[in-house]
Amino acid sequence: MKFVAALLAGALFGLGLTLSGMSDPAKVLGFLDVTGDWRPDLAFVMGGAVLVTFVATPWVLNQPLPLFNTNFATPTNTKLDKRLISGAALFGIGWGLSGYCPGPAWVSLSYGYDNTLIFCAAMIAGMGLERLVTR
Amino acid sequence: MNQFTLPLIGGVALGLASIWLLWSLGRVAGISGILWGAAAGPERHWRWAFLLGLLGGGMLSHHLLGIPVPIDHDTPTGILILGGLLVGFGTRLGSGCTSGHGVCGLGRRSPRSLIAVLTFMACGMVTVLVTQHVVGGAL
Repeated sequence: MKFVAALLAGALFGLGLTLSGMSDPAKVLGFLDVTGDWRPDLAFVMGGAVLVTFVATPWVLNQPLPLFNTNFATPTNTKLDKRLISGAALFGIGWGLSGYCPGPAWVSLSYGYDNTLIFCAAMIAGMGLERLVTR
Repeated sequence: MNQFTLPLIGGVALGLASIWLLWSLGRVAGISGILWGAAAGPERHWRWAFLLGLLGGGMLSHHLLGIPVPIDHDTPTGILILGGLLVGFGTRLGSGCTSGHGVCGLGRRSPRSLIAVLTFMACGMVTVLVTQHVVGGAL
């Protein structure tokens, strides 16, 4: 049941990323290009998504247990530290260079472009590197 | 339908998917965390199921709903590799990306996520400013 629930969540997420245009790096770069020919479309993606999670998350976390699992695992760290900010900054630079964040990069693998494969390999390598450097 | 309709519908789908994962399994739909967890563990099974579903959902929308497949982009390979390394390194160091901090974290009213979102949005915008306008779109 856990497998099916996660598969469904992933499928709906993949549908959302592709319907919204997030899996097109050109659109993402157009959204980030605020001082140029700014294309604000993608602000509606985050807007629509957060509208749903903002309303529904408190209700879900108020349930005694998840439907098919034994606990809710939400982040407990509340520190606003250098790690958080430098990590988000490095991620933002990489996002601005490539037009890809992790979800769209993964969903774009099905397009069969070498570029996506190269990006995803570099991204996983970057994750491994972080583990080596900060452990 | 105008240019904002599909982004809005897509965004609502992302929100519903995240809520479903939280309600059914009690887990946060943060893609960078799911990717790393699928590779390094623990809880590999549901993470691989999610990643498979992600690919399947994308194919469904392109091949059944007729959403056009984005064209291959012409970013130079070196920039793409640097971008990938930074996205991977940064999302692990900062504990999340657009989905974990953006879609899920803002929904949980997490101050950490708000700071992360503002930081990566600003850095992404400055980076595009530099690549498109300062170095004249040479990249």
